[in-house]
Amino acid sequence: MAHTTTAHAEHGGTKEIWKVFWILLVLTIVELGFGFLMMDWPEQSLKRHIVKGIIIILMLAKAFYIIAYFMHLKPEIKTFVMTVAIPMLLFIWFILAFLMDGNAFRNLKNEYDPYHKEVTTTPIDKEKAIHEHGKDAVKPGELE
Amino acid sequence: MAQTIPAEQKWWSGGKSPFNLEYGKVMIWYFLMSDSFTFGALLISYGTIRFASNGWPDPNEVFQSFPGLGDGLPLLFVSLMTFILIMSSVTMVLAVHAGKNMDRKNVIKYLIWTIIGGLAFLSCQALEWTHLYHEGAWWGINPFLNADGTPANANFTNFFFTITGFHGFHVFSGVVLNIIMLIMTINGVFDRRGHYLMIEKGGLYWHFVDLVWVFVFTMFYLL
Repeated sequence: MAHTTTAHAEHGGTKEIWKVFWILLVLTIVELGFGFLMMDWPEQSLKRHIVKGIIIILMLAKAFYIIAYFMHLKPEIKTFVMTVAIPMLLFIWFILAFLMDGNAFRNLKNEYDPYHKEVTTTPIDKEKAIHEHGKDAVKPGELE
Repeated sequence: MAQTIPAEQKWWSGGKSPFNLEYGKVMIWYFLMSDSFTFGALLISYGTIRFASNGWPDPNEVFQSFPGLGDGLPLLFVSLMTFILIMSSVTMVLAVHAGKNMDRKNVIKYLIWTIIGGLAFLSCQALEWTHLYHEGAWWGINPFLNADGTPANANFTNFFFTITGFHGFHVFSGVVLNIIMLIMTINGVFDRRGHYLMIEKGGLYWHFVDLVWVFVFTMFYLL
């Protein structure tokens, strides 16, 4: 086992660990800043989508720093990195296919089920709703 | 990206581990890879259902309480939870680092800090779940309206409790593993073995738990 411990001795010093910690902390604070920034923006507005996109990019950057430095994958042999990284590419298809499927399902249901569309797009009185659909009332899932 | 390898070195002709990694470490990586598909499936199904819905509750209205400070404070409590988990990830990587230097005293110190961080995170989650339960939210019951005031169904709470619960279970397992490793370190098991590879493997699991939280946190509380 000696080779595994000595081969990485030059990587992952405490200085690098704290550097990565500060990067993660700053990225998290920036994410939260965007969260507060878009709090009052209308749902489905373009600027909100853009900020959400930025937050996703920051999230992936955090994931990269954790995997590369904390989990120490970056200095490993490239062949090994690829055995972990290449299967992850499946997620690209996975995310695209399922989110598009969800979107298509919503569009189809809105088009062919007007009752569903009316019920789910008409705002209701909040106090009344909490009273009606609260803990002791019918399950909200039964609304549909 | 990879460490520099002499061009003529034959990694695959036998007599040498071609990945230059110990067996257990290779296997924990493949376990974590499969676990990421489990979490991926959960999070992507959450995304699918959210895309298939005309409305969805606003996280800033649902998660807006801080214990002791009251309501109207969105994002604050989850920021604290995120900070605790990042901090515990740092102490874990410091424990791994100390292990590489065969520094038993520091391994014990940082493992204890990591365990404290894990328990603090679990306590925060317990507080949050209890609070939401008293607001009337649970599996199958959603008292919150959608962001646009339309009636919501229980998809939101079902996904929230299932995914954060599954993640919390991972944190709990990680704390148990860390406690076992702490006892082994105190008993000098790794010194007798001559290496602290077990701490490295436990560390990989712990960082993975932190990694999953990065995704869960972003998708449930920010987006």
